Amino acid sequence: MYGIGLIKGLGVTIKHFLETYVDDLRWLGRGRYYNEDALKIRQSTEARGVFTVQYPEEKLSVPEEFRYIPFLVYEENPDGTREDRCTSCGICSKVCPPQCIWIVRSNDPETGRPIPAPTEFYIDIDICMNCGLCAEYCPFDAIKMDHVYELASYERSSAHIYNKERLSKPASYYAEIRPKNYAREEAARAEKEALKAAKKKKE
Amino acid sequence: MTEKETVQLQDTLEEKFPGAITRDERQGYEGYIVETAKLVEIAKSLRDDMGYDYLSSVTGVDYLPDDKMEVVYHLYRSAGGPALTLKVQTPRDDSVVPSLVSIYPGADFQEREAWDLLGIRFEGHPDLRRILLWDGFHGHPLRKDWQEPFFEAEGKPFKSRWPQGEIRRIEDTHPFGKNVHYPSEFTPEGWVPEGEAALYSSLGKIDHGNGNNKQGLETDQIVVNLGPQHPSTHGVFRMVVTLDGEEIVGLKPVMGYLHRNHEKIGERNTYLMNMPFTDRLDYLCSMSNNFGYALAVEKLMGIKPPERAEYIRVIMAELTRVVNHIWAIGFLLNDLGAFFTPMLYVINERELILDIFEAVSGSRMMCNYFRFGGVARDIPEDALETIKILVNERLPRKVDELDLYLTGNEIVQTRAIGVGVLTKQQALANSAAGPVLRASGVPYDVRRADPYSIYDRFDFDVVVRYNGDVYDRYLVRLEEIRQSLRILKQAVESIPAGEIQTGKPQYQVRVPAGEAYGRVEAPKGELGFYVVSNGKPNPWRYHVRAPSFINLTPLEEMSIGQKIADVVAILGSIDIVLGETDR
Ligand code: SF4
Ligand code: SF4
Repeated sequence: MYGIGLIKGLGVTIKHFLETYVDDLRWLGRGRYYNEDALKIRQSTEARGVFTVQYPEEKLSVPEEFRYIPFLVYEENPDGTREDRCTSCGICSKVCPPQCIWIVRSNDPETGRPIPAPTEFYIDIDICMNCGLCAEYCPFDAIKMDHVYELASYERSSAHIYNKERLSKPASYYAEIRPKNYAREEAARAEKEALKAAKKKKE
Repeated sequence: MTEKETVQLQDTLEEKFPGAITRDERQGYEGYIVETAKLVEIAKSLRDDMGYDYLSSVTGVDYLPDDKMEVVYHLYRSAGGPALTLKVQTPRDDSVVPSLVSIYPGADFQEREAWDLLGIRFEGHPDLRRILLWDGFHGHPLRKDWQEPFFEAEGKPFKSRWPQGEIRRIEDTHPFGKNVHYPSEFTPEGWVPEGEAALYSSLGKIDHGNGNNKQGLETDQIVVNLGPQHPSTHGVFRMVVTLDGEEIVGLKPVMGYLHRNHEKIGERNTYLMNMPFTDRLDYLCSMSNNFGYALAVEKLMGIKPPERAEYIRVIMAELTRVVNHIWAIGFLLNDLGAFFTPMLYVINERELILDIFEAVSGSRMMCNYFRFGGVARDIPEDALETIKILVNERLPRKVDELDLYLTGNEIVQTRAIGVGVLTKQQALANSAAGPVLRASGVPYDVRRADPYSIYDRFDFDVVVRYNGDVYDRYLVRLEEIRQSLRILKQAVESIPAGEIQTGKPQYQVRVPAGEAYGRVEAPKGELGFYVVSNGKPNPWRYHVRAPSFINLTPLEEMSIGQKIADVVAILGSIDIVLGETDR
């Protein structure tokens, strides 16, 4: 009969429609919205009913590997001074596809040798394509991808060139947003140091 | 091709065309160099006598040091098997090659592209106009001696970035520097776009005698521009249609509004830098794009990824296919007038898959996940668990629901059955690929016909339907989701532990001189990357065979005789993404 397919199809829409109410009932009393636990389930493979998120009141959490605009990692010394991990080796600026990393390396005025720290470090974030290659290939774990994605600003021409000051963030921040990566890198580093120490001892 | 077959083929070719065909003996090259004058004849014989009925790609290459232009043709048999590569060479300053449109109509857009970007003239082409660039463009940008505005150097990385990186913004430097070329007599005010006139005249007029239409009524044909800003065109795409009443009598697609010369950028980039750029071709399917490009470069480098990486690649590529097809079906329904409800139902599921991509690669759409000889990072354990739940439980249920929702729907059927028919012969001749080809009765799927990666290990069916209309293309996509889920189920069960990268990750890969054509069955059809290396850090030639672009070749044939409202559905059923069409 003509129309059976239509009616069946409308059945599916009605099911979807009713499901939104059923799912409301599931969260009755606890709140389906503005509730972290509910949000997790609403965005999981068990999701039913209304799928949207009430941004900005609700925000999706991002996975560890999420990448948005790089930042430079520095270590905090016990005396409060900062120590850049970056050695200004230039690999990140060479690997960057749109070539938006600009690094100024300085030389020791006396010996003329390069100093292993950048005097300045710029990223033009209008051009950065968030590919993450810089972070992937930095041999010193000095540049990493950030999780901050709300970067709208009123002033484009100057505000979107990040300098070293603006780019730098402490290692503790890195450990916080990327705990697994941080732990793995620290373990690798510790192992290397141990090996070195063992070698020295032998000598 | 086995060695024996190659020898056999060569013997037959040499016998038939003595002296006109020689093996390409350059280091790292394959195929045959053909005498220009004999090209059409040889192509005809290959098509009619030897079964090479499918012209996959036409690529121009500028060999500046040898002062030569080369056109490379990749031919396949629709019955399956590897490529036969033909090449013709022509001098740079007067590049003329006979057109193959009469043998393979699928060469139409590709030859226009080579004319547009490289300035190779194709003699006998019925409508040789620029295709991606605007009519007023001066020069042919893919020529090696052509320099873009803001030109810095022949290849990246640029010297100005390190160690003395005094930053400057590109807009603050001279906005139209010395590299903008235009003829000396050019005045913007006085310029009349010739191309437009040529375009409209190419549409022609169909006369039924004394200006009357079929029914004998006195009517005028009118030309309607659909797009470039039109909700049905899925982006900035324009169709110029001639109408007789409501019926379409002529249609010319106009594209290039999103053109950025991806290939020129790619030739300035290093090999690795191109990986994130491929994401931006078909931005819905970045994983498949990565896959094709990685295959091409790996062929040149002679490396293979480890087992686990192969599995991860297949899992990602198949999830991408699911994402693409549900999106395509959703949008097709939009085009048919079912405003957004089916679309939003399927986007729910897409979101869940994008969450996986994000967890694995760090980005939902611009995945940049494949590396030469592996993948960027291992797949997290919990992401693998989520995939298992999705492919075993949730997605099959949702596909069935979609099936119940749409397939039997009488409105969908009336709008789609018998609309936009493409016959088997037309589909093959026009180099259609992917679901468009398979809905026309050609069971051609690169995963089966010329297996790459580890696809030969999985059980799946090549989906094929025979009516070649909008409805069949819809059905092919629906069934392909099921087949992808079948592959995924097998892959997540059997994925081994182990390494995910061959050798050490390198940011400057060493690519030996030579050429390679890597192709995958992307969700929209055959996606090929033709890469030529001269041993330097930047590819000498980087060409993309874009299914969204080539699948538009038969659009006119599909649309003629249909109603104006149907052209929207037909375009929707081809499933294009302008990022890939325009490149
Ligand atoms: S961030 Fe890393 S790669 Fe870039 S210059 Fe510093 S140390 Fe080298
Ligand atoms: S994320 Fe990519 S584009 Fe951005 S600075 Fe790093 S390498 Fe360059």
